[in-house]
Amino acid sequence: MRAGLFVWLCASVLLVMSLPSAHAASSIDVYDFPNDQIEARYRALIEEFRCPKCLNTNIAGSDAPIAQDLRKTVYRLLVIDGLSDDEVRGYLHERYGDFVLYDPPLSYRTVWLWFAPGLFLCLGVLFLWRVRRATTLAAPLAQDERERLATLAESEDR
Amino acid sequence: MNEPTTAPNSATKGGLARFVPLALFAGFAVIGVVGLFVLGDRHELPSALLNKSFPEFSAPLLMDESSVMSREDLIGEPLLVNVWATWCPTCKAEHAELLRITQDYGVPIVGLNYKDDPRAARAFLARYGNPFRYNLVDADGQIGVDLGVYGAPETFLLDANGTIVYKRVGDVNPRIWRDELAPALKALGVELQANTGAG
Repeated sequence: MRAGLFVWLCASVLLVMSLPSAHAASSIDVYDFPNDQIEARYRALIEEFRCPKCLNTNIAGSDAPIAQDLRKTVYRLLVIDGLSDDEVRGYLHERYGDFVLYDPPLSYRTVWLWFAPGLFLCLGVLFLWRVRRATTLAAPLAQDERERLATLAESEDR
Repeated sequence: MNEPTTAPNSATKGGLARFVPLALFAGFAVIGVVGLFVLGDRHELPSALLNKSFPEFSAPLLMDESSVMSREDLIGEPLLVNVWATWCPTCKAEHAELLRITQDYGVPIVGLNYKDDPRAARAFLARYGNPFRYNLVDADGQIGVDLGVYGAPETFLLDANGTIVYKRVGDVNPRIWRDELAPALKALGVELQANTGAG
């Protein structure tokens, strides 16, 4: 009986987890596209921009009003104004800054963002190298140390 | 046998390397503290529009939706543009300060009523007082997008040429007025004389 209940519980949890999440559903707006190519470009672009209000979600995956407005803006720029992908990126970057781009351009403000990981990697490698060198260079025991070790080991045995 | 049994050469062998983990920890701690307290709220994005021209727009007025204003109407003197809505609690919180700024210092404030219900907005101003010279209506948030607005309230300071010289995301409060807005206005040559006295 218990086991049957458990299986049922697991099955329902899995079912709930497999349902399309609110995250995926939120980006379904009703827009008409003149052709599939433009629609594909629209889908790719809204995946690309970060929602300014919600830190770690793109505008495709956010229900925030500002994300809806930005999707509408991307649609307008692509379909009505006929801009290229780069022009759309430029339009949003001009207004919302580096923040909306997940791939921020290299500038004096983003130097740390780009190079800190490499710097930390180098520091880590340097540290490991020094630790390894220190252990391999450990001096062999002197005669009196070996004798002391032997007596210590002997006393432990008793 | 109870005396410390550190090998005589371990201090020199370990040397400064012993302090590397401590130094790394201290480094990360400093980065954390800077991130938390110095850089402050990550929700506050630096405005990409600072020192750029206020974008072109065409918007009806809240009080008279048949007349339309454009960027040209904002040019001529330094003024504040305040993005607000009745659905925004922080806008209500800053309302008294906006009233004080116009009434006491005569600083012109143009409202941008952002994605709001115009009737609710008019009722709000009738009830709580109107600090705005006039209000532009941005019904669908398009002007907001052009301004890089991502949440109300936001307040822009424009110089006489219509260039954005300052932006505040969040409420305008007495501290922001004293430390940021008033000095920025003075830097534009605006004389701020409090009319609080005899009136």
